[in-house]
Amino acid sequence: MKLPQIKHIRKPNLSQLAYNFFANITGLTIFNWEFLKQVFLPPYEIKEVKKHMDELGVKTFPIVSVTGFIIGLVLAMQSYPVLQRFGATDFLPNTVALSVIRELGPVITALIFAGRVSSGIGAELGSMRVTEQIDAMEVSAINPFNYLVVTRVIATTMILPILTIYVNFLALFGGYIAVIITENMSFEYYKNAVVGAIEFGDFIPGMAKTFVFGYIVGIVGAFKGFTADGGTEGVGRASTTAVVLASLLILIFDMVLVKLTLMLWPTLG
Amino acid sequence: MADTGLVKIKKLSKAFETLKVLEKISLDVETGENLVVFGQSGTGKSVLLKCIIGLLIPDEGEIYIKQKNILEMSINQLNEVRKNIGFLFQSAALYDSMSVRENLEFPLKKHFSFTQDELNDKVEQTLEHVSLVDAIDKMPSELSGGMRKRIGLARSIITDPELMLYDEPTTGLDPITSKEISELILDLQNKLNMTSIVVTHDLICAEIIADRAIFLREAKIFYEGKIDELTSSSDPFLRNFFSHEIVKAS
Repeated sequence: MKLPQIKHIRKPNLSQLAYNFFANITGLTIFNWEFLKQVFLPPYEIKEVKKHMDELGVKTFPIVSVTGFIIGLVLAMQSYPVLQRFGATDFLPNTVALSVIRELGPVITALIFAGRVSSGIGAELGSMRVTEQIDAMEVSAINPFNYLVVTRVIATTMILPILTIYVNFLALFGGYIAVIITENMSFEYYKNAVVGAIEFGDFIPGMAKTFVFGYIVGIVGAFKGFTADGGTEGVGRASTTAVVLASLLILIFDMVLVKLTLMLWPTLG
Repeated sequence: MADTGLVKIKKLSKAFETLKVLEKISLDVETGENLVVFGQSGTGKSVLLKCIIGLLIPDEGEIYIKQKNILEMSINQLNEVRKNIGFLFQSAALYDSMSVRENLEFPLKKHFSFTQDELNDKVEQTLEHVSLVDAIDKMPSELSGGMRKRIGLARSIITDPELMLYDEPTTGLDPITSKEISELILDLQNKLNMTSIVVTHDLICAEIIADRAIFLREAKIFYEGKIDELTSSSDPFLRNFFSHEIVKAS
């Protein structure tokens, strides 16, 4: 796998910026292709995948818990006065449920996950690269791409949908707490309204895109870490650019996937 | 006469952009020989080692290991060759996230199907070679520079390689530890009957280990021969280089 060299210049001019932009795009494309080639080839490092899923899940669990609860709570608190203006406060559970399940849950969880995990993978692999640990693996006849990259990308792709389901539940619970503060509504009524509002077609596109977001978080973090250079400064750069690039790609792919979903299944609109 | 060369390099060249690091280097290393590669910083010594192990692809030339050109091999064939080569990195390159035991077990688990008892025996036996059995459950961050080098060495020899490549094995160590590591390398060479190529600046290390030495200068082999002939050379450049090394050594 030969990747274009990204040039790190303190004050780059416009052409150097353009070169680095295209070098990043080309590099990431080649890296993706390498992943797709290697993911089906042995050895299958199942233990490593499980270990990373455990670690990533545990690492992200506290922050997504808090975030999920607050999203639902704030969304309900913000929506209540708006709905009140139209005399539609009964629709508050529906508003919270649809917003969380279709958009906010998957995207916010993915962004938090990118901040926590993409940077972590970038820093970890970057540090392994600059301290020659990846080279050490290669000279020991162990495929570092398979062992370090493929396992992490599979783990992030698998764990993000699970975290998103968990965040969705917490957000709906947060929404209920806001509802009972402002409105006299029973849990039974709230639950029935939420379940009634969500159709299978709302749930599936939201969940499907979390696999894409999970993949983005893993592959971008691994790409930045695996190709890091320039000592400790390079590790910091790998970590930071991994978050920025992963977050940006999550938002771009969200836009594309929403449009694609609505084109393919117009009834979801 | 049978070809006893374990490593044979023919007209090897490598440049980074416009900077020529190696230019038409040819070199033979016999089985069981200890070759020391000298040279100033940036003269391509580490690049030479990395080309031999396939970490860097040379621009031109041929590299034969056991009469097979590694540059014409697929990655799987190259990995088969690599299983018989040990590489000690300058920084030891221990895996941070693994304990000493896990570092040593890692290549064994990947290439052999040992039982856990056999793995334990092999790891302990190898750690005994480097006198660090007590460090078996420590993490790399808990080890001193000299200990890291020893563990790195243990990890490199655990698969019983025929060829060992050392990239500045004593750099960053105090003179006493440097001497200990050099003697350990020689001891292991004799015990395990390995061939080795050692890149170093350290004259003490070279004097202990070397059967033969080469000196790289301006991307070419400037001198090739016995270490004592090299250090006592009348060439002004070599005299100047080794006078500094001898002052450091004394």
